[in-house]
Amino acid sequence: MSATTTAEATTLEHPIAPYLRMDRIPHIWCPTCGIGTVVKCYATALEGTAVNLDKVAIVSGIGCTGRVAGYMKLDAFHSTHGRAIPFATGLKLSRPELQVTVFSGDGDLTGIGGNHFIHAARRNMDLLVILVNNFIYAMTGGQNAPTTPLSARSSTMPFGNFEHPFNLPHLAASCGATYVARWTCLHIRRLTRTFSEAMQRKGFRFIEVITPCSTLYSRLNRLGTGLDLMRFYHDNAEIRHGADTSEVSIGFQEKIICGKFVDIEKPTFLEAKDAHYQKVLGEKYVPMPPEGGWIHE
Amino acid sequence: MKADPAGVLTGVHYFDGDYACGEGAMAAGCRFVAGYPITPSTEVVERVCRRFPLMGGTFIQMEDELASMAAVVGAAWTGTKSMTVTSGPGFSLMMENIGLGAMMETPCVVVNVQRGGPSTGLPTMVGQADMMQARWGSHGDYELIALSPQSPQEAFDLTVVAFNLSELYRVPVMFMMDECVGHMTEKVVIPEADVIDVVPRKLTDKPPGEYWPYQLNGKDVPENVRAGDGYRFHTTGLTHDYRGYPVMSADCQEWNVRHLIDKIRLNVDDIVRYDAENLDGAEVVVLAYGITARVTRMAIEMAQAKGVKVGFIRLIVVWPFPEKLIRSLAGQVKAFVVPEINYGQVVLEVERCAGGKAPAIGVSHGGGGVHDPNAIYEAIMGAVR
Repeated sequence: MSATTTAEATTLEHPIAPYLRMDRIPHIWCPTCGIGTVVKCYATALEGTAVNLDKVAIVSGIGCTGRVAGYMKLDAFHSTHGRAIPFATGLKLSRPELQVTVFSGDGDLTGIGGNHFIHAARRNMDLLVILVNNFIYAMTGGQNAPTTPLSARSSTMPFGNFEHPFNLPHLAASCGATYVARWTCLHIRRLTRTFSEAMQRKGFRFIEVITPCSTLYSRLNRLGTGLDLMRFYHDNAEIRHGADTSEVSIGFQEKIICGKFVDIEKPTFLEAKDAHYQKVLGEKYVPMPPEGGWIHE
Repeated sequence: MKADPAGVLTGVHYFDGDYACGEGAMAAGCRFVAGYPITPSTEVVERVCRRFPLMGGTFIQMEDELASMAAVVGAAWTGTKSMTVTSGPGFSLMMENIGLGAMMETPCVVVNVQRGGPSTGLPTMVGQADMMQARWGSHGDYELIALSPQSPQEAFDLTVVAFNLSELYRVPVMFMMDECVGHMTEKVVIPEADVIDVVPRKLTDKPPGEYWPYQLNGKDVPENVRAGDGYRFHTTGLTHDYRGYPVMSADCQEWNVRHLIDKIRLNVDDIVRYDAENLDGAEVVVLAYGITARVTRMAIEMAQAKGVKVGFIRLIVVWPFPEKLIRSLAGQVKAFVVPEINYGQVVLEVERCAGGKAPAIGVSHGGGGVHDPNAIYEAIMGAVR
């Protein structure tokens, strides 16, 4: 490589750099963590979808994935543990033109935040919910999560987990989510396409992404490096679009069923609200303006 | 600016404090309310949810109070004035996200129609025992503002003030009603919109790229921004610098927390509000707030009839506390008497400010009813005996 090309290479911008807060890079995630890959797929989907980035807001909770909002060059909110979904609900309802993404982890969204998750799905709240599932509470050091597979070890289940984990696509679908998909972070193109497609849908859209946590989950369970886990995904992920979500639960080091499971249309919370009030109140009904309820001089 | 007429129900009404508070919020320009049913506060949101569809407001009944407060903080970041309403147990659940609102410097209003506690306590009966929780209920160090109305009329008037203060200082404002004021029905006069002063959300004039959410530029309160205007800003509940970026250091913590404290403490004189009566030459000063202030008046009249010079301070803004006023009176009076429906909260603040120059005598009870005026009278007479 000549000196010239090296110089050029250092001035080239990464294709997704405009979507990131480059002044906050390097990020805090461990080597071979899968979260960065999911962020790359999300940013690539934003790039490929004709969305007005000024109108995209992102909300995270707490945890490793909870740091995603902090790295995205969008209106970004790093909220409290478990409360990303209700925080995002407030944003969406009071400025309906916003496209709001919730980007957080399995423990945050379905452990401490589980109640909000099921109710937002029930209401068909207009949120794109990206859940990164590493099977463990990673930020705090590898404690058991509501997603930890049976028999897997965690720091608080040192002799193996005996609690039944959630089957998250089934949970989301049965609560009313209108779009439900699952991929691993090995499925870069499929995941990116799913993000793009979900951005063009409305209502409660739920995408679960299985990622390696080589620092904690993998080490506690002697699963090797992040690369070993990617190989595991390669060998054990089975794509089954339209699968019955009751049959996609994840066992310890067992097959991971991936694909798009649900893609239906149903009035969103705001559509249902507007349609109902227009019907019962007629011309007296004043909807929240798309640009929100900001009252100013 | 003046109130948006769409939210102002001008006229003479016969309302309870809860309805009046809801009307005050709408007059102030509140257009987002998230809440969860809880006695004795529910009538506030019941009022709002009937009227919001007529003025472009959105009410959502959330799954719990954790969600309600989180939604309110989120909504406030769109520039929409936002409020939640609750009572004791729900107030406890809101604490974490009240702290988020304080840390993110989010203007919003939290109404607590106080009932007897602790725990489930007395759902339908009065208490005033959440006053310290209003001040410091969330973990960590911060300063907030808390108001306490004594009547349905004030529930209207002061709810507007609560929204205005939340805008001026970018803080969650605690609106500390009590069950008696909430459920008391009286005449409430709602004036024309063009005489109701409201503070709008003033957004930054700086273009995207030059604006940072916590840059002070020599002011006490940073400039506002809202989601969806192209600023692509970041905010967090983590300790953050002027950019809203997390910085895990003692230096940044000092800058961040000191600012949250200073923006209130340096402006105490502008924020405090109270009624003061007969303070000149007073032997005893009685200090009360909320429903207890009304009961206290009878006790004061009884003592005055016996020739005792009794002064009266009725706190309207409870936090921040009118420290200077108490300090200045402490050298002059024989005692302060502080009736409140708890076993000693605001009285401790009076005692602290009096600095040993005059005793602060609490008149306490556990809740479930208002004070017997005789108990307050006896405390006054005991102080001058």
